[in-house]
Amino acid sequence: MKKGIRGRLIFILLTVFVSIVFFLPSTPLYSKLPSWWGRFFPDKGITLGLDLQGGMHLVMEVEGEKAVDNTVERTTESLKRSLEEKNLAAQSIRREGRDILLSFAPENKEAISKILDEDYPNLATKQSGSGEMVLTLRESEVNRILESATSQALETIRNRIDQFGVTEPLIQQQGADEILVQLPGVKEPQRAIALIGRTAQLEFKLVDDENPIARQFPLEIEADQEAAFVQEYQAQIPPDDQILFERMVNEETGKVTKRPFLVKRQAALSGDLLSDARVSIGDFNTPYVALTFDPVGARLFEKVTEENRRRRLAIVLDNTVYSAPVIQERISGGRAQISGTFTMDQANDLSIVLRAGALPAPVKIIQNVTVGPSLGQDSVENGLKAGMIGTLLVVSFMVVYYRASGLLADLTMVLNIVLLLGAMAALNATLTLPGIAGIILTIGMSVDANVLIFERIRDELRAGKPVRLAVDAGYTKAFSSIFDSNVTTLITSFVLFLFGTGPIKGFAVTLSLGVMFNLFTALIGTKVVYDFINSRWKLQRLSI
Amino acid sequence: MFQVFKKTNIDFVGKRYFSFALSALMLAFGIASLVFISQGKANLGIDFAGGAAIQLRSEKPIQIEEARAALEEAGVKGAELQEVVAQNKLLVRLKQDIVQKNVVEQVQEALNKKFPENQFTVESSTEIGPTVGQKLQKDALLAIAIAMIGIIIYIAFRFEFRFGVTATLATFHDVLTVLGIFFVLNKEITLLIVTALLTIAGYSLNDKVVVFDRIRENLRLQKRESFDQIINRSINEVLSRTFITGVTTFLVLLAIFFLGGEVIHDFALAMMFGLVIGTYSSWFIASPLLLLWEKRARVLKRASSQS
Repeated sequence: MKKGIRGRLIFILLTVFVSIVFFLPSTPLYSKLPSWWGRFFPDKGITLGLDLQGGMHLVMEVEGEKAVDNTVERTTESLKRSLEEKNLAAQSIRREGRDILLSFAPENKEAISKILDEDYPNLATKQSGSGEMVLTLRESEVNRILESATSQALETIRNRIDQFGVTEPLIQQQGADEILVQLPGVKEPQRAIALIGRTAQLEFKLVDDENPIARQFPLEIEADQEAAFVQEYQAQIPPDDQILFERMVNEETGKVTKRPFLVKRQAALSGDLLSDARVSIGDFNTPYVALTFDPVGARLFEKVTEENRRRRLAIVLDNTVYSAPVIQERISGGRAQISGTFTMDQANDLSIVLRAGALPAPVKIIQNVTVGPSLGQDSVENGLKAGMIGTLLVVSFMVVYYRASGLLADLTMVLNIVLLLGAMAALNATLTLPGIAGIILTIGMSVDANVLIFERIRDELRAGKPVRLAVDAGYTKAFSSIFDSNVTTLITSFVLFLFGTGPIKGFAVTLSLGVMFNLFTALIGTKVVYDFINSRWKLQRLSI
Repeated sequence: MFQVFKKTNIDFVGKRYFSFALSALMLAFGIASLVFISQGKANLGIDFAGGAAIQLRSEKPIQIEEARAALEEAGVKGAELQEVVAQNKLLVRLKQDIVQKNVVEQVQEALNKKFPENQFTVESSTEIGPTVGQKLQKDALLAIAIAMIGIIIYIAFRFEFRFGVTATLATFHDVLTVLGIFFVLNKEITLLIVTALLTIAGYSLNDKVVVFDRIRENLRLQKRESFDQIINRSINEVLSRTFITGVTTFLVLLAIFFLGGEVIHDFALAMMFGLVIGTYSSWFIASPLLLLWEKRARVLKRASSQS
């Protein structure tokens, strides 16, 4: 008997020790420990949730359908070029939704079919007449694009955030088309959103100044007249052209206006041919972004500049014109620059998105939770205060009601909290505000098992049993109640854990762990003390 | 020995007609609120309905009407405002269909422009799209359903089927009643409140299991007592435990309610209602239901043996 007691005591002390070792890194005390400590013992403690330390929680939806549309658009352009190269120019080739409509001289049909078969395996023929064809993307191709859009977007966003410099970001895919991003401690949420959410599709497009319509364009229009302007001119412009705008800011008044450009729909060069993008400082201390093309891009850039001297080349990012300089001479060496009215931060972010590459499809932010650091601090303090007062109330109540046994129950409650915190640190779990509520609730309920036992012991004592037998009987009889009631609570908290998101999961973690340790401390913790006392002294009365 | 309850002998089961009537009334509110919620007519938090919530702190106290006017002027229409007076905090809530782009910046700018001598800082902001809200709603319902099924199975396995069903029915009653109370008080139904409801379910079941455990034990011990006497005695025997655990839990909930900060204020409130109602239903609903089941079974048995 005595040996069994010692074994249990040692076991309890050991679990307390392990818990404290695991929990230490979460306390300010940890920084005062010698440096060798971290090499032998855990150095990572409980992570504070975003609601406690401040930061951003974003869920983004990748609009994969747009990626499919883009592919159809690109394929149309490329098909047009292929046909031109082979002198099979179609009378008309245009995109309509997901379909490519092609009309041509009937005698070319065979040659065109051959090109389609050889070079465009991703296209399926939907309809075929003597002088026209309707092509569409194969189902398998559409699915592949949809699937890869999310994983590509994830990779791109990860690159951008890495370069933006956030410590311990969480970036993961959620479901088929959602990306979850958590940025603890971000101080400029709007800037972070702009950086993450920007598609960053960089294109160089020739400005179609020769077109008479372009000469009618005003130099600037009101910022909100964009759509109306496009509407007005849409019918007159050639199908190969499109209208894009440059954003102009009046430096004195801060007023924003738009400047329309008529540009070629097909990009002369695109951002995927970049090898680097850096911020540089130009004259008058204005930052600009210096671009370097990869060898293929450099050659193409040289060719484009050579063939289009005296014409303007618009630098377009996400369908907004940044600048449209006149090409003075052939530019070799693969260098270009984007200038504009940038702040240093803006230029910096622009270079980051260009380096990290474009998103395959636009992303839409569908959930954005931002918590300031001061609120997080407040929450921690409130939680601690509530927890301490709550504990104090329970401790006093138990001592008043159950005397020495109540004190014992309080000890097991403290033991319970220590084990809970240790386990959370060991699991590297995230503590959220609802999580703190879960801990406090555990405190309230943690005495339940002891109360059940104590009431049973009281019953036995009232029935006239000697102390030792009464204690044993109390434990035995209360067991099934304690077990069943805790398991049912565990089932609900486990379901919360499985189906909950964010803060709720945090609550479920603390509650589940709390309930489990309740069971452990109530059945082993107090019992060992009673057994110890009973084995030493023959108690006549029990303080209960 | 310090005791609150000496040997009691309260006839819990005997009051069942009264308690059933009371519970029917509460359930009616609960079910009504469920209907309203499913139709989107309740005060659904933005977690479920979508929209934006912005919490701002100002240097000096603010008149809520002036703030509202400032927002209307700046084109942020239809915002719901609420203030935490003592801390100079202002909560701005916008429903899904009126959230504009950069709404957080707009609100802050509008207020700072209107009150230049009293600057506002954004403490937290939440924007949730409508699809997320619907998904969360679905997840919450699924979680509740799965938890309930899991518990029926567990209790049916450990006790008997009738215990599992009655305990779950009574727990449903508790959850719905608290939901009804929150609806009547026009409190916002958020994800955190759903968490509270599930925790209430856990707590309430915990309580019922303790009572049922005693009923099961007494059923085994004695066969001479009638079923209602056994139930009454069992409840009376665990009265003291119910009271003490109830008090300790209530004490910590009070601490969270008053000191935990406004974020988990309503959570604590829901839990307190749940605690009281959960205890009530263990005594007056779950146990009498068990009796009803027993009587009906006996009647059926007699009927089948006579025929």
